[in-house]
Amino acid sequence: MKNITNIQKFSIHDGDGIRTTVFFKGCPLRCEWCHNPETQRYEREMQFDREKCTGCGTCAKVCPNHAITMVDGKPVLDKEACILCGKCENFCPAGIREIIGREYTVKDLVKELMKDQMFYEESGGGVTLSGGEVMAMDPEYIAAIAKELKHQDVTLTIDTCGYVPYERFEAILPYVDTFLYDVKVMDPKLHRKYMGVDNKLILDNLIRLAGDGARIYIRIPTVREVNGNEDNMKETIAFLKEHDIHPAQVNLLPYHDTGSGKYQKLDMEYKGTNLHAPEKEEMEAFVQLFINAGFQNTKIGG
Amino acid sequence: MAKLRGMNERIQKLREISVNTPVHIDLERAKIETDFYKENDGKYSIPVMRAMVLKEYFSKKTLYLGDGELIVGEKGRDPQASPTFPELCCHSVEDMVVMSERELVSFKTTEEDRRLQAEEIIPYWTGRSMREKILARMTPEWHECYKAGMFTEFMEQRGPGHTCGGEQVFTTGYLDYKEKIQKTMDALDYVNDPDALNKCEELKAMDISCDAVCILGERYHKLALEMAEKEENEVRKAELLQIAANLEVVPAHKPQTYWQAIQLYWFTHLAVTTELNPWDAFSPGRLDQHLNPYYEKDVEAGILDDEKALELLECLWVKFYNQPAPVKVGITLKESATYTDFANINTGGVTPDGRNGVNNVSYLILDCMDEMKLVQPNSNVTISKKTPAKFLKRACEISRKGWGQPAFYNTEAQIMELVNAGKKLEDARRGGSSGCVETGAWGSEAYILTGYLNIPKVFQLTLFNGFDHYTGKQIGLELGYAKDFKTYDELWEAFKKQLEHIVNIKIRGNNVIEKLYAQEMPAPCLSVVTNDCISNAKDYNAGGARYNTNYIQGVGIGTVTDCLASVKYNVFDKKNFTMEELIEAMEHDYEGYDAIYHMVHDKTPKYGNDDDYADDIMQDVFELYRSTITGRPNMKGGKYGVDMLPTTCHVYFGDVILATPNGRKAHKPVSEGISPEKSADTNGPTAVIKSCAKMDHLATAGTLLNQKFTPNVVAGEEGLDHMASLIRSYFSMDGHHIQFNVIDRQTLIDAQNHPDDYKDLIVRVAGYSDFFRNLDKPLQDEIINRTEQSFD
Repeated sequence: MKNITNIQKFSIHDGDGIRTTVFFKGCPLRCEWCHNPETQRYEREMQFDREKCTGCGTCAKVCPNHAITMVDGKPVLDKEACILCGKCENFCPAGIREIIGREYTVKDLVKELMKDQMFYEESGGGVTLSGGEVMAMDPEYIAAIAKELKHQDVTLTIDTCGYVPYERFEAILPYVDTFLYDVKVMDPKLHRKYMGVDNKLILDNLIRLAGDGARIYIRIPTVREVNGNEDNMKETIAFLKEHDIHPAQVNLLPYHDTGSGKYQKLDMEYKGTNLHAPEKEEMEAFVQLFINAGFQNTKIGG
Repeated sequence: MAKLRGMNERIQKLREISVNTPVHIDLERAKIETDFYKENDGKYSIPVMRAMVLKEYFSKKTLYLGDGELIVGEKGRDPQASPTFPELCCHSVEDMVVMSERELVSFKTTEEDRRLQAEEIIPYWTGRSMREKILARMTPEWHECYKAGMFTEFMEQRGPGHTCGGEQVFTTGYLDYKEKIQKTMDALDYVNDPDALNKCEELKAMDISCDAVCILGERYHKLALEMAEKEENEVRKAELLQIAANLEVVPAHKPQTYWQAIQLYWFTHLAVTTELNPWDAFSPGRLDQHLNPYYEKDVEAGILDDEKALELLECLWVKFYNQPAPVKVGITLKESATYTDFANINTGGVTPDGRNGVNNVSYLILDCMDEMKLVQPNSNVTISKKTPAKFLKRACEISRKGWGQPAFYNTEAQIMELVNAGKKLEDARRGGSSGCVETGAWGSEAYILTGYLNIPKVFQLTLFNGFDHYTGKQIGLELGYAKDFKTYDELWEAFKKQLEHIVNIKIRGNNVIEKLYAQEMPAPCLSVVTNDCISNAKDYNAGGARYNTNYIQGVGIGTVTDCLASVKYNVFDKKNFTMEELIEAMEHDYEGYDAIYHMVHDKTPKYGNDDDYADDIMQDVFELYRSTITGRPNMKGGKYGVDMLPTTCHVYFGDVILATPNGRKAHKPVSEGISPEKSADTNGPTAVIKSCAKMDHLATAGTLLNQKFTPNVVAGEEGLDHMASLIRSYFSMDGHHIQFNVIDRQTLIDAQNHPDDYKDLIVRVAGYSDFFRNLDKPLQDEIINRTEQSFD
């Protein structure tokens, strides 16, 4: 699995300096607030903005495999028949169809990533591999990318949820400059409820990664209903202290719902409608908790 | 009420007067000149006559010395007065009404003005103005092209100029110039030199110009003394006496203090911009480096501190702002719809021996532009590899406030551009960019912008067998219709021939205009202050300067690149549709052709995304444009070069073009400068910068790149670092210039709907900043729609 949904240049909020962030497709977690739902499934898929469809039927006409039929003036896709050839995407007059997910060879991807080398060098930036979950992708492919970037002297940041076998971290550790490591909520029950999986593996991996000397930014997407409370923050701090984990930064990222509009395009349902970001004062108080505990480099945003 | 800008009450008052006084026409100069011509025409040689007009004006003009002023002198009777130049462009009474009543860039005229114009000015100058002489001598092809918006003509209402002062402007008194003139005069060889008489007349004229400036100084000296006599406030009295004391030294002698150096410059500025109405007014060149020796000496002597030094700079800034650009009408107004007169102060750079040029005065100038927030002078920085990060970041800090100043220029690129165009290294290091972005060897070069060229429209002619739908005339060569070109190469060949054809028409016209200015409209005072005119005994407008260059400014390279890419990709490579289908869709402005529109607009490679498919075409277009123009001889013994900048011309040029193959709708603006077509760049600012850097900037004389950011992108210390990194990276790749608008889209839309609530909103337009409320709606829309580079 190595589909890519987006290569974001001038990415300035995920790691140091000016970066290029690669979003891989496919994730073992199902966070309720996920703002990149198009990166949840591993397979390529057709995204289609149902709200903007005019029902003109061009897509049905141009489809070489007759995978689209018009029902009540709206196109209905037969996913089995669709070969994701892109004809309908190209000819849709409203421009609302898009194939999500594209494979790149190592060579092509590195070539694309090297385009902004000048900016990385000038700003102390580099490449961030994100997702979805980059660590859930084809390990050989990711290692090849990481190795080649290292060879080109480009610093690499891995943005991960941590829910993969530790061997995968070990394999790329020599090539990675920084890990952006999500610690979402300490209570396993809540983690299962909101993320769909247990957090034991995630926390165990974090302990080992820190033990292996990796440079880590702890990232806490902060949602009032899930983890945006003093208890959870204190528990997180206690965990870090207990296991002698010294992150280079702690970033508290307030929840936002900018991804909620994407769900209908994917025929998915957004479950996070009742979630909220904590108030600014609450966020600042959380930051203060970390700072008081000795994590000086804690801030809102990242 | 908004906080008044200016470091103290004096500056706040002066700035308020400057900003709040309506711009008005001042016919005093025209009247004095007309009376003088009526009495004396034919008695003297042309250069002498021109110099005598300046002397007459400076001897008789109404003087203005405002309360609190420390730097004195105005072009007209008072702040925001705009003298006219009937010898260049004699406005009709109707013009006078229109310019007064038009909503934007208006110049108030009174009944008395219109009567004077009708009864005295028009009767004398009809048939005598340069505008009439020029238009009468242009070929029919030139007129057709001009009407069709193929190109514009700079010298149709204004004189050439486009230059900046060198260090001599800050170190030489007008008596010193006179001495130099006399020496050249004494050495004239009337026995062997067939040109000796002409040289003598030119030198006489230069000498009279020097007298004119001295006379203005003497009159102000007298006025300051008289005012001091009557002044009851002791503090102001002392200031007036100091002004008078300064005027005992300058402009006749070289300055002894920082204050005098600024005053000397200002008199030169007034003289150069009232003998004619040269484009881009005049500029002090490396103001920081020119002032620094005086600054250091005065600080050492204990007569100057940073506060006083800043105050004098702020007084100078007010003076610049007091002078609106000369009134423009017709197409010239469209190509440059602004009060800004493009005096451009570029701070930083390197010294003539190649060291870091940033000094204490450089930082004071940044403080001054930050505090004053005035669109004139156009205040910018030039960033060298040697420029300290502190200076760059301070400049970024001001730039991100979102009113477009300072813009950033690349010192090393400027130097290479000048050296590539044949300048000596030491002259190149003294040079830089003025006006919008164009390079010149300051103090030594006449680098004349002759007009904009509408490259996308040349491509449109190529598709329609040379026929122009806008005028309904055959403008280009008959090389076939779009459908006749069976390959991309055939299409390219036709485009190439059409471009050569249009450029030839433009250059033929330029040659005639250049000769007319050389013979009929010399500029002896500008000649005095420009290196080698005195020693060559030759006028600035006739090739007297050390270097003489002409530019034709290319507009719309982003649009034309995307047009060519669209045809190549969709018609020839992918065969998504036929040329006939594309042309049909274009002829219907894509109405009812959604699929083709969507394909060309959203699914086709575009310039500005670091995609070589489109960027290679941009390089081809640029190379074609460059090689068609660069190196061709002008009439002053120099050569042609190219700039890639638009001022406001991209709006006008777009207005005369139908829908284009890239999905741009009819009459919409074309791309500005070297920026991508609006909304074509979807890959963020680094991709834009990469694409733009693929142009060979060092083979130009200036390029212009606009980047618009929302505030969050450049917030905080990190935001400054990101800005600085973008600039340094672009400049490492030899980019010439980059400027930033930091405003969110909603703010702009709100400003468009509620102009009164946003009187202070300044945006970067193209090579200059202007009040948003002063822009017309299409240009406002265009700025709103420029892609916002923001990623959360």
